[in-house]
Amino acid sequence: MSSRDVVLGRLRAALAGGTEPVEVPRDYRHTGTLDLDQLVQRLTDYRAHVHRVAEAAVADTIAGILPPGGTVVVPPGLPPAWLPPTVTALPDDGLDNARIGAADAVVTAAAVAIAQTGTVVLDGSPDQGRRVLSLLPDRHICVVRADQVVATVPEALARLTPHRPLTWISGPSATSDIELIRVEGVHGPRLLHVLLLP
Amino acid sequence: MTRRTFLGMPATAPPGVGHLRGAESFPAAARRGLADPQLRRNLRHATTTIRAKSGGVIAELPDWEQLRAAGAAIKADTLARLPELLEQLEARVTEAGGVVHWAADAVEANRIVTDLVRATGVDRVIKVKSMATQEIGLNEALVAAGITPVETDLAELIVQLGGDRPSHILVPAIHRNRAEIREIFLREMPGVDPTLTDDPTALAAAARRFLRQTFLSTPVAVSGGNFAVAETGTLAVVESEGNGRMCLTLPQTLITVLGVEKVVPTWRDLEVFLQLLPRASTGERMNPYTSMWTGVTPGDGPQAFHLVLLDNGRSAVLADEVGRQALRCIRCSACLNVCPVYERAGGHAYGSVYPGPIGAVLSPQLTGIEDNASLPYASTLCGACYDACPVKINIPELLVHLRAEAVESHRRPTAESIAMAAAAYAMDHPRLYAAGQRAARLSRFAGRRGRGLPPPLNGWTGSRDLPEPPAQTFRDWWADR
Repeated sequence: MSSRDVVLGRLRAALAGGTEPVEVPRDYRHTGTLDLDQLVQRLTDYRAHVHRVAEAAVADTIAGILPPGGTVVVPPGLPPAWLPPTVTALPDDGLDNARIGAADAVVTAAAVAIAQTGTVVLDGSPDQGRRVLSLLPDRHICVVRADQVVATVPEALARLTPHRPLTWISGPSATSDIELIRVEGVHGPRLLHVLLLP
Repeated sequence: MTRRTFLGMPATAPPGVGHLRGAESFPAAARRGLADPQLRRNLRHATTTIRAKSGGVIAELPDWEQLRAAGAAIKADTLARLPELLEQLEARVTEAGGVVHWAADAVEANRIVTDLVRATGVDRVIKVKSMATQEIGLNEALVAAGITPVETDLAELIVQLGGDRPSHILVPAIHRNRAEIREIFLREMPGVDPTLTDDPTALAAAARRFLRQTFLSTPVAVSGGNFAVAETGTLAVVESEGNGRMCLTLPQTLITVLGVEKVVPTWRDLEVFLQLLPRASTGERMNPYTSMWTGVTPGDGPQAFHLVLLDNGRSAVLADEVGRQALRCIRCSACLNVCPVYERAGGHAYGSVYPGPIGAVLSPQLTGIEDNASLPYASTLCGACYDACPVKINIPELLVHLRAEAVESHRRPTAESIAMAAAAYAMDHPRLYAAGQRAARLSRFAGRRGRGLPPPLNGWTGSRDLPEPPAQTFRDWWADR
């Protein structure tokens, strides 16, 4: 008898007394009124830096965030116009971890953002790249278009594809393990900049 | 109740492996926690702070009660159809390039993980904080096999370096203050800066430096999972620090140990739990990081993914129609933070990796009541845990249910049962009873100092006033008339 048969057999035996079908009530909120100010406020609450700029100003904004000559990891499908000429772009053509980790920042797009929780979600699309890109550099600059923002968690899940690797990000890396004092940047990026486009 | 071990029948977690049984009973272990003022200060601060934060963000949601009801129902539905959902999960994970293993108990799960690690040829693994791997004692099994497990969650690292045990589900090192953590780092962390201060930012930075190279140079990771979606084969891990993302993204091989009750039926069900868990647990609107993956993604993240589905007593819990609701638990620890007993006794008193109210009902069910018979009594039945539980586990009802089971399972007499049996015998024999009353009257003169009972009954009077026996018994007064 395989362990699979043993475990499934035990679970079936445990339910042999019969079970009633369970109806799941779904009367919680599914949608909400979209409020971009709420997204900004909740991201800021998590100590992310939010910049509300027009798409034409993305490059200038990034130039203001990074030191001149800084290196930026770039996913293969990122719009080239987003990068300022003052930085050195490292396009991800299979960059090794050492080079990714040594970069000053990574710039990505996003798949979805959730206003009520202050969350951006990356799904590995070409303008977001592999998961490691947004993990190792100390600064993550994430560009979100207003039409990617939803109000609620249920709306976000409905827009996402489960078969892509998903990374939900709510503020920079943080811990409260030492006397419950919040410390930013334990292992992930210490700084999160969100550029919110109209 | 005898331990049921034959194949195909629900079975409890085996003794001698893992961390579900304490070395002593709850009252004995709790005494140490109660006597430690530092521990009680730390716990009080932690539980009151998290309670306040959690209450604040829960109040933001007008539909919190609807979400709780949905969460409870989804889990109840899951448990009612657990075998078929697990088969569906297995099929979807396999289709997506993962390999599914089944472990009947802790011994088997440890063997599966050890063999998988050995097959990669490495002697070190990085670990994401996981209750399931603590439950089965995976770290000890890996060490015995010559493999070094490195805990990468800051609190788990503090516990591991300190040669200590976790005391809370969410904040395992909550019993340590910053000065103690600094001392542990200075003593145990190779290459640490000797001028390290006890500033939390400096301590976290020391852990970051210490672990960075380990993350980048270890090709195998072991994790648990918060949720697994049967419909899609998607696994989810919620965390804060990014150590989870490191472990789930950088290695070549990922091994996830998942209690069978962690499955949810549909992708959509995550919309409920991703609202309930962070708010009930850390008191945040959303935890800083959530990672979701389905099998393997070519060119991104681990290229080998193993999912180990763990029973280890869960089938025995499922077999109890009242008790099975404990398997709804999403390990948020809200019940710990509202429990007056946990707050005073501390997590170590519960003996198991699952402390607090949920531990008091989950551990005895996983091990069989005989091995954790004192835990259902580690409660005042005040009901705060039921109110706090985001999936509405009726913990007080379960405690009472398990107390009844504990009484039935008592085969060895206790001091209390001997005293009660003696009292019953005396009350059945009038002359003996009268003699006893006269003897009690004599004790008015016998015990000037402290009016306690003699051992073994002194435990009862140690914290209670024994009423002074009257100068004349009712029987003597009646006889004198």
